[in-house]
Amino acid sequence: MTAVDTPPSANVGTTKLRKEDAHLVTGRTQWTDNLQLTGMLHVAVVRSPMAHARVTKVDVSGALEQPGVVAAFSGADLADHWAGGLPCAWPVTEDMQSPTHLPIATDEVRHVGDVVAVVVANSRYGAADATEFVDVEYEPLPAVVDMEAALADGSPLADTQLDTNRSFTWQKIDGDVDAAFDSAPHVVERRFINQRLIPTAIEPRAVVCAPPREHREYTMWSATQVPHILRLMLALTCGVPEHELRVIAPDVGGGFGSKLNVYAEEAICLVLAKRLGKPIKWTESRSEGYQATIHGRDQIQDVSLAFNEDHTIRGMKVELHADMGAYLQLVTPGIPILGAFMYNSIYKMDALSFTCHGVLTNKTPTDAYRGAGRPEATYAIERLMDEAANELGVEPFELRERNWIKHEEFPYTTIAGIEYDSGNYEAATAKAKELFDYDGLRAEQQRRRDDGDPVQLGIGISTFTEMCGLAPSRVLGSLSYGAGGWEHASVRMLPSGKVEVITGTSPHGQGHVTSWSQIAADALGIPFEDIEVRHGDTAVAHKGMDTYGSRSLVVGGYAVQVACDKVVAKAKRVAAHLLEAAEDDVEFDAGTFQVKGSPDANTTMQDVALAIFAAHDYPEDMEPSLDSDATVDPENFSYPHGTHLCATEVDTETGAVTIRSYVAVDDVGTVINPQIVEGQVHGGLAQGIAQALFEEAVYDAEGQLKTGSLLDYYVPGAPDLPHFTTDRTETPATTNPLGVKGVGEAGTIASTPAVINAVVDALRPMGVNDVLMPASPQNVWNAIQAASSASTTAASAADGGAA
Amino acid sequence: MIPATFDYVRAGSVDEAVDALKQHGDEAKLLAGGHSLLPLMKLRFAAPEVLIDLGRVEQLRGVCDLGDGRLAIGSMTRHIDVMDDPLVREHCGVLADVTAKVGDPQVRHRGTIGGALAHGDAASDLPAVLAALEGTLVAQGPNGTREIAASDFFVDYLTTSLEDDELVTEVRVPKIVGPWGWHYEKFTRVAQAWAIVGVLAMVKRSNGSIEEARVGLTNMATVPVRASGVEQALAGHSPDAIADAAANAADGTNPSSDLSASAEYREHLARVLTRRALEAAAR
Amino acid sequence: MTRVGMTVDGEPYEHEVEPRLLLVHYLRDVLEKTGTNIGCDTSNCGACTVHLDGRSAKSCTVLAVQADGSQVDTVEGLAEPSSDADETDGWHPLQKAFHTEHGLQCGYCTPGMIMAAKDLLEENPDPDETEVREGLEGNLCRCTGYVNIVKAVRTAAAELREGASS
Repeated sequence: MTAVDTPPSANVGTTKLRKEDAHLVTGRTQWTDNLQLTGMLHVAVVRSPMAHARVTKVDVSGALEQPGVVAAFSGADLADHWAGGLPCAWPVTEDMQSPTHLPIATDEVRHVGDVVAVVVANSRYGAADATEFVDVEYEPLPAVVDMEAALADGSPLADTQLDTNRSFTWQKIDGDVDAAFDSAPHVVERRFINQRLIPTAIEPRAVVCAPPREHREYTMWSATQVPHILRLMLALTCGVPEHELRVIAPDVGGGFGSKLNVYAEEAICLVLAKRLGKPIKWTESRSEGYQATIHGRDQIQDVSLAFNEDHTIRGMKVELHADMGAYLQLVTPGIPILGAFMYNSIYKMDALSFTCHGVLTNKTPTDAYRGAGRPEATYAIERLMDEAANELGVEPFELRERNWIKHEEFPYTTIAGIEYDSGNYEAATAKAKELFDYDGLRAEQQRRRDDGDPVQLGIGISTFTEMCGLAPSRVLGSLSYGAGGWEHASVRMLPSGKVEVITGTSPHGQGHVTSWSQIAADALGIPFEDIEVRHGDTAVAHKGMDTYGSRSLVVGGYAVQVACDKVVAKAKRVAAHLLEAAEDDVEFDAGTFQVKGSPDANTTMQDVALAIFAAHDYPEDMEPSLDSDATVDPENFSYPHGTHLCATEVDTETGAVTIRSYVAVDDVGTVINPQIVEGQVHGGLAQGIAQALFEEAVYDAEGQLKTGSLLDYYVPGAPDLPHFTTDRTETPATTNPLGVKGVGEAGTIASTPAVINAVVDALRPMGVNDVLMPASPQNVWNAIQAASSASTTAASAADGGAA
Repeated sequence: MIPATFDYVRAGSVDEAVDALKQHGDEAKLLAGGHSLLPLMKLRFAAPEVLIDLGRVEQLRGVCDLGDGRLAIGSMTRHIDVMDDPLVREHCGVLADVTAKVGDPQVRHRGTIGGALAHGDAASDLPAVLAALEGTLVAQGPNGTREIAASDFFVDYLTTSLEDDELVTEVRVPKIVGPWGWHYEKFTRVAQAWAIVGVLAMVKRSNGSIEEARVGLTNMATVPVRASGVEQALAGHSPDAIADAAANAADGTNPSSDLSASAEYREHLARVLTRRALEAAAR
Repeated sequence: MTRVGMTVDGEPYEHEVEPRLLLVHYLRDVLEKTGTNIGCDTSNCGACTVHLDGRSAKSCTVLAVQADGSQVDTVEGLAEPSSDADETDGWHPLQKAFHTEHGLQCGYCTPGMIMAAKDLLEENPDPDETEVREGLEGNLCRCTGYVNIVKAVRTAAAELREGASS
């Protein structure tokens, strides 16, 4: 591994307090729902109460008679407005089956919450009231809920227009898997369930769309992570030319993947603005969003590992069933596919087979949720490593270390065919064990086991890596993804010495304004305070691929750095010209251009910016501008890694789990802003722990969502989560000039298996080898009961049943 | 979400509220703190045609000593004011302690004791404490007032013995006299969720043994339940009898199965938590 | 329609409103005071927390007519106007501490979180970590994992105590 030479810097690597905070802590915010435009109308959506039905009648006339109602439309009324269905940009196979997804259903609804009509009124309350007067008749169809049953012969269909519930089967085989498993001395095989989750960004979705006024363009404000993608996709879906649509992501209150999409309500607001000539607003209520906004996870994982006698891994087999839900949203089918590169994780092996069945059901579509494909893979491999350690009778760290890629082996091409550029699993693990007091806790665990303490202590390990920073465009192309993974930035040098950085990323809590300012400040030698970062408006940041997949810093920050480097290169030529020196004799450091050996011959970046604005005197072969832009396409993914350790106390009488301590040592390469990085880890941990212990979206056999609001879907509050001890090792990435790796999803990816491994570890002496997620008291108690009845059965069998 | 429309009546006195109830019958609902009713109205699970707001009825707020060994708590007394009330703290600390576990701080600032009890939700924490205390509720209607024992008040899921034209004006609880200890075990999925099971144990100690025990169970049936078998098994016995007695805590209960817990698991929890609550209360 | 009058962040307001109008919609849609947010419809998330007559309340679970005659305080009224170049000078210690301790990311829960924390500190000027966590039980944050929120509240508590004693 080669260390990247990072220039001495004043800002990068230090905690700068966020520029974003002032308006957020004082309430001077610009959330989409805050907007009130002259003449604005409110739209309310009529949704299917049934998981699957034929729509035999939609009569909106009753709604039209309600006070304040301006218009109401069925799917048929607006059918001519859609140029196509809502897009899926990731057709993972050529024969992938994808239900037609009109923003308003016409003759068949496919999940509870599917849109059947819309009502437009002059107030929020009036629109909501009028929805009760839309008369819809349904002819129930069988609901497809269970993924495996859905693939069985004779299963009812989730979409009657298709002849199968199998959307796709995608396979990737590396190495000789049969050879790896045949005659393997040890094979460890398990089924794991990654339950369905609801992202629950605290700001519900909202859309405002204004028809053309002074410009010939529609303006859409949306609580979205992806204004650029949304603009293109809405143009294609709604027949509005792309150059006549401006999309603005104003303040956006979290996303976690749920706002990485093109939603029916966005298309509906655009079409209604077009049809009615008035600004249109739609704001989701939380329980409405639980039906209408994408869910995450929902995979059944059949996984096995083959080992040699010396406990080195020979190979791995992965067979997944992934619930797509009723429609393929923007990147739905690609999410489980991302796992194809991740099941081997940090371990060396000779063979890996990965098969994924994407299954259509009558449930809310799944799509990207924080981690997207990698948490599932990491959960499976890290749970499996603990199970293997138990079966092989070795310490779980010892088994991991036996198999992981050694520090000196980087760069390392994995069995899945991707190259990990850098990493140091030994260092992160050593640090984590020390912070955690691993040996001390193991001793306490033994004491409690010996004492028969009703509260048992468990220790869970997760040594993870992930692939993020989406992504090299050519790789995405090879995976049939519909777009590239480049990112754009531009730098505008203002005559007063101030700077505007325009980024194609679209932050919604990640602090890009601060971090990008730090990068630009160091690159340009301009004070941090003199830099403004603009984003999230297609009229300002005309080009971008937005924010998801822990990509913003590694691709977007990289673009900022390159754009700044171009500014410096131009400014250097101007400075040389002004200082009457050869360009090669001018050095640039911390904002000053200095002629080598002539201490008095210098000028500053600000002076050069002013000089080029005046343009009275500049090199003849240059344009009078320092402004620069950059579109970078990463050469590789980014591979953050780390070691997480979790100690749980499990009350064996009640099944209650309490996290006693949690240590996360993450290696995300070079750190731009330690405070922001730590915050990203904290938030990721909370969501990963929430999957392990609290959250689950439950459907009944009829396809009704039983966890339809925050009353039943248990998002943890402050008393439910522990303090987190976080630390870092820094092994810079070698594939971008900043040396950075993604951090947005690492905590989520790592923490879920750490917690469940800890719960299982606590209960192992009772014969428990797995606990369903979430490890709720009921699920833990069930696991204990099952283990104790199994051991009773075994014991009575051993007794010969004598009684 | 948005409540459906309703006519709004702001009662200035109990008599005005009763008159309004009489006039509108079962089309009307009483609005106390609103923390049980408004969430249902926002989801449109409830859509009363008339809402009678008791917020201005000052006579329903506050705590007084009835002079007969009991305290009377006005039905519109907010949870926070029950928790902080000097009379309640001195004479019925168990009520203050359990009230402190109702909902979250914001809920306790708005929700009222009368509203919570009249909602009749056995998953709520207060019915079990009232049952264990053998408290009463005073209801006023067109025909005057009547006092209803807690055991008669809770009839079924979200159903009480209040008539459509009656309102709860007071909650009466005995002053706790003597060496009583108590403990409430609230078992939840997340801190802000409703109890999966709650157990209130009250123990009166005398010369190292248990003179009297009371156990009120939250969410073990459609109404609050007293674990009377446990109580009887402990009376006059040493605390060593707790474990055996608690094993019968689920007798006579009829818990539901839902997403958080099966009935069987709730019964198991009732046994474990009863033992723990009794042990803590007897300490 | 019913007439309501209340003082919001020190300013008196009076309007004819539908009795069913939620206080949070009165603040946001009628008064255009959009500093207070809505994050759920079941009184769980606490994003809409304001102070009603001095105590924290979820303004999504209060009718505007119930708040008639009351004093309502929102996050918008917390900061003192500052003539200083550094606008943070006028901020409430909680606003400062959420900023310095990175107690917010997307910021959507923050107004409610700050108002809930303010109530907590008025009752308990020196809460330990557990007390802060329990005091914020009615507020959900999806970004921070709460660690820095807890830190921020305790930092603000220390500053408030110092301010009170000096």
